[in-house]
Amino acid sequence: MSKKDSKQKKMNVRVDFTPMVDMLMLLITFFMLCTTLSKPQTMELTMPSNDKHTLENQKNEAKASETITMYVCADNKLYYGEGIPKYNDPSWIKEATWGSSKEGIREVLRNHTTEDGTTPVKRIELAVKELNADRAKNPKMYNDSIYQKKLSDSKGGMLKDGKIPTLTIVIKATDNASYKNLIDALDEMQILSIGTYVIDKINPDDTKLLKLKNVKM
Amino acid sequence: MGKVKIKKSDVWIDMTPMSDVMTLLLTFFMLTSTFVKNEPVKVNTPGSVSEIKVPENGVLTILISPEKDAAGKPTGEGQVFMSIDNTDLLGTTLDGMASAFGITLSTQEKGTFKSESTFGVPMGELRTYLESPAKARQKELPTKGIPLDSIKGSMSEFQQWVSVARTANTNVKIALKADATTPYKTVKKVMSELQDMDESHYYMITQLKQEEDK
Repeated sequence: MSKKDSKQKKMNVRVDFTPMVDMLMLLITFFMLCTTLSKPQTMELTMPSNDKHTLENQKNEAKASETITMYVCADNKLYYGEGIPKYNDPSWIKEATWGSSKEGIREVLRNHTTEDGTTPVKRIELAVKELNADRAKNPKMYNDSIYQKKLSDSKGGMLKDGKIPTLTIVIKATDNASYKNLIDALDEMQILSIGTYVIDKINPDDTKLLKLKNVKM
Repeated sequence: MGKVKIKKSDVWIDMTPMSDVMTLLLTFFMLTSTFVKNEPVKVNTPGSVSEIKVPENGVLTILISPEKDAAGKPTGEGQVFMSIDNTDLLGTTLDGMASAFGITLSTQEKGTFKSESTFGVPMGELRTYLESPAKARQKELPTKGIPLDSIKGSMSEFQQWVSVARTANTNVKIALKADATTPYKTVKKVMSELQDMDESHYYMITQLKQEEDK
């Protein structure tokens, strides 16, 4: 009798896991449907302070040939003007398209030539590309802090063969421009590794100019 | 006959490895994922090439969406909602705001407030809103929004929310989540209000977009 008993006990040790699997499946389905895996992307943005008491000597001045003003307007339209704004001359602003086509804003910025004949955006972009390639080759030498320092050096115009002037972009968006266009504009800055840009408010002069140009705002 | 009996016992499949795998998968999902937040308005963030991730903890998300009229057409204005991912911080912020506006909330009302992922009701209507049943609240919230207009020349309700959250946790990070079609006017207003209170560093939530060929 005792032998038979022990044999039966051995058989009973096997537990049926099917209900457990069923339950786990349900739970997994629940989690897959109700959660997101990836965190959304972000952009970091630092705006200048509204404080009007900024000392004059803290403000940076850019040379006229090293500035471009971008007007982000309604209906996906984009205009730009090079140098000091000429508020009475509607031909100062030119239309550009978004993206990388030939007359797109990316090419415009990339081929912008300053008065001493350099194309700062193109050169800085090359330098950043080189830096990234170097980093990919031996990642050990370029740890995060060194990389960030080199990157900001390049963006600031400190290249291997001396300092070059950088391009300053002023982004101005009209009231009816969409948020997407603003992000697109900031994206261009990132793609072209432009370090100095600012989002500014449209002032009455700009409004007048855009009206002269018959731009929908 | 004996053979038949053996076959019958073979049908029994061992589910243990299967359950092992399942447990692993489940653990993976539980640890890596975050719950989808129930947002009162659907926000389609614009695409960007930026690859920075949203910070992990203590994020004050400002949700901006284009306001729609009854027919579903955009009115050219925008609505602003907020959410805080940390419940403790949310509670402290609510307490601070309630005392600033002289509103006393019961524990139950506070609980209701905390259980909702997104808030955005003018302070004057907060009590009535929190007292109404859950279904009514869900319907009502998309029509509200945090007012951006300044109160008698001082800080707007929106600014007060931000500043109370900032006092409650000095490390709070601000993230803007705006719909791609939001008119810049609204975004500008939010940005300039943030700027006015020296909150000049923030994140803008975007979707990953593949970089076009250069």
